[in-house]
Amino acid sequence: MNTLVKSLYGLRDWVDSRYPLMKTWNEHLAKYYAPKNFNFWYFFGGLALLVLVIQIVTGIWLTMNYKPSADMAFASVEYIMRDVDWGWLIRYMHSSGASFFFIVVYLHMYRAMLYGSYKKPRELLWIFGMLIYLTLMAEAFFGYLLPWGQMSYWGAQVIISLFGAIPFIGDELALFIRGDFVVSDVTLNRFFSFHVIAIPLVICGLVAAHIISLHEVGSNNPDGVEIKANKDANGVPLDGIPFHPYYTVKDMVGAVVFLILFCAVVFFAPEMGGYFLEHANFVPADPLKTPEHIAPVWYFTPFYAILRAIPDKLGGVVAMGLSTTIFFLLPWLDRSPVKSIRYRGWKYRSWLAAFTVSFIALGWLGMQVATPAYTWLARFFSVVYFLFFLLMPFYTSNDNDKPVPERVTS
Amino acid sequence: MMLRNFLLVTGLLFSASAMSAGGGIELMHADTNLSDKSSLQRGARTFVNYCLSCHSAAYMRYNRIGADLDIGDDVLKSNLMFGTDKTGNTMTIAMQKNAAEQYFGGAVPPDLSVTARSRGLDWLYTYLMTFYRDSKRPFGVNNLAFKDVGMPHVLWELQGWQRPVYEEEQHEDGSVTKKIVGLEMETKGSQSEKEYERTVRDLVNFMDYIAEPIKLKRQKVGFWAIFYLLIILLPIVYLLKKEYWKDVH
Amino acid sequence: MSDDGINMERRRFLTTSATVAGGVGVLATAVPFVSTFTPSAKAKAIGAPVEVDIDDIEPGEVKIVKWQGKPVWILRRDEAALESITGLNDEVRDPQSEVEQQPGYAQNEYRSINPEYLIVVGYCTHLGCSPKKVLEGGGAPFGLADDWEGGFFCPCHGSRFDLAGRVFKDVPAPTNLIVPPHQFLSDTRVIIGEDSGVS
Repeated sequence: MNTLVKSLYGLRDWVDSRYPLMKTWNEHLAKYYAPKNFNFWYFFGGLALLVLVIQIVTGIWLTMNYKPSADMAFASVEYIMRDVDWGWLIRYMHSSGASFFFIVVYLHMYRAMLYGSYKKPRELLWIFGMLIYLTLMAEAFFGYLLPWGQMSYWGAQVIISLFGAIPFIGDELALFIRGDFVVSDVTLNRFFSFHVIAIPLVICGLVAAHIISLHEVGSNNPDGVEIKANKDANGVPLDGIPFHPYYTVKDMVGAVVFLILFCAVVFFAPEMGGYFLEHANFVPADPLKTPEHIAPVWYFTPFYAILRAIPDKLGGVVAMGLSTTIFFLLPWLDRSPVKSIRYRGWKYRSWLAAFTVSFIALGWLGMQVATPAYTWLARFFSVVYFLFFLLMPFYTSNDNDKPVPERVTS
Repeated sequence: MMLRNFLLVTGLLFSASAMSAGGGIELMHADTNLSDKSSLQRGARTFVNYCLSCHSAAYMRYNRIGADLDIGDDVLKSNLMFGTDKTGNTMTIAMQKNAAEQYFGGAVPPDLSVTARSRGLDWLYTYLMTFYRDSKRPFGVNNLAFKDVGMPHVLWELQGWQRPVYEEEQHEDGSVTKKIVGLEMETKGSQSEKEYERTVRDLVNFMDYIAEPIKLKRQKVGFWAIFYLLIILLPIVYLLKKEYWKDVH
Repeated sequence: MSDDGINMERRRFLTTSATVAGGVGVLATAVPFVSTFTPSAKAKAIGAPVEVDIDDIEPGEVKIVKWQGKPVWILRRDEAALESITGLNDEVRDPQSEVEQQPGYAQNEYRSINPEYLIVVGYCTHLGCSPKKVLEGGGAPFGLADDWEGGFFCPCHGSRFDLAGRVFKDVPAPTNLIVPPHQFLSDTRVIIGEDSGVS
């Protein structure tokens, strides 16, 4: 036994003198000091990584049996669901994983808004995060075409048509994206390529950049206090604890709870009442017949509601584009000296509450048939949504913020 | 019996008009049970005899039905398989696509493998219950759940013929329109009303089964997965976390 | 942070338990993923037993049928062919078919239920090429010797088999050709891939 342990250490040292093995381990885990006061909201970064792994692994397995062709795509999904041993489990993990990815990422982003995690010195960290979010939306969009059901087909048709709104080049651009006069086999094939390799590579690269920049500047915390400002004689932050083992064991608890919820959906409600797998997507794509009511999957509906709220094609597209990209500007729109919601004044609190309500309301409205009343509601919430950002420089610069403590609380 | 049916459909139409925004009628409850194997077996018979001549279920294999519903190969071959003798084959049909297009006036009968997942069980049940005579339609029938449906009432021998009951509706501008408020039995079929309800219920049950043959197994596996995570793994990692965090607190 | 009063034993025990329990979970999750590699229901359906009529095969002719996607040869042998097989007993590696390359009912000199019909999978037992059927004797093609009495020759690596699918000595293939499970439904009809477990 002793010789075995000894030879394992020997092997480690052999590698370590040729590759920064222990250095990496220390920098990112054993000697990465994270604030000791992380709360519930700090589970979601790690969980996003867990979902990414689930999606990549199940995706690799699905690719083994899926056929990216207009004639065979729908049938190959049913083949996976029925004929491939355990194929149903892998497919449901992937389809539920997509929705869980967005749940986790939205909560992760909301955490940043609650505690001002995007503020200096974490602006670049936030930008990498936003880039991940945008590529994730692209990934989800490309992937959604693959089952080749009615929703897949008409969803892609509608989203691609958005590009047609761009002046002068719009129609040509839409044609270029489709590679055909309608969404067709050609479109499916290129979307497949984007979905299984191009975008995942970009996401993995961005995730690496996101984590590296996080570990460079250090984690924020629910108090919004910089723990690096108070260090002991050895240069270790007084309010910091090594990520490993303290947060690895804590994140494991979060991961298990997450997996319980994940399994509840995968095994007992994979359709999630039509929100995760839409009913109309169990009808094969038919280029001649649009389903009566089409709506994007739930994670896109807030932006879809904004698109529909604007009675002008180009205006709607621009508004929708802005609604997803305006988050990039948060670090510069927010003028408050305070990071955490705990010490912010009533103005930011009220605006954030209004934004939260608007986002959820728009999400709900985006799933409904657009009646005039609903359209007006969507307009109202869209205005609130944008005002939250546009007025931020004003209401954050003279808010009645509370004094921030020197050290993190408990 | 006839009265009961009439009241049932009437009630459902009235409650439907209350929720006009939703469009269509309020659905009846299919009330099926996937673990009822004899119901599934009866449903399989009905499906093969009445649906499978025009509709396929091209993703469903006969031997899977045999294995899942406890039907032996011999019974499977003699009672359920008419188009093929290979039990590994799927439920395809001989009808050619263009022949179907001609016969049904442009509409090809859709594959029924996953229809229960796109339409929902209650809709299917309601659909199969509410065919009624309508001389204006090519096949002489219309349907409450699927307006101007292109499919004939293939189960008419069992259910009989229903005819609509109208009510005149006075509008504010003085015009009067006729509106269907219920269905009543015109000609009796070979099955009693109760028997027909059961036939349809079994059929819908079977369609639910073929739409996702794995459903029962999925739930069983899920139980053990969650059992493991909740009862075994969660306490251990929770205690582990507690133990390490004694250093911090 | 305080270092005193740490119960190292408890930590080690809980870490081990978590590792073991987590490992079990990971392994259990791996099972479905590995299982997807087994033949699907579709592959099994395609690989289902096939029934073949054999009354149209002339003596000395081979009929090829596909079973599990593989070529199965049905060779009808005449008296001369059977005699040639007996005569080659000393030259083949496993004359009595002792290696299990056939169901029990075909473990005999002629490797068949009915000596008239040889039924073998047409894949060389060396590395899986499909051998050529060189049924005529004498100075055959492929550089076979003049005393060649007819059989099968694999062009990939030069393995030779006789008219019972028995492998000759001094060739790379280690064993005789595989006889698939089969049974005669009648004198003129055979089913390949199924033998109802009887011999």
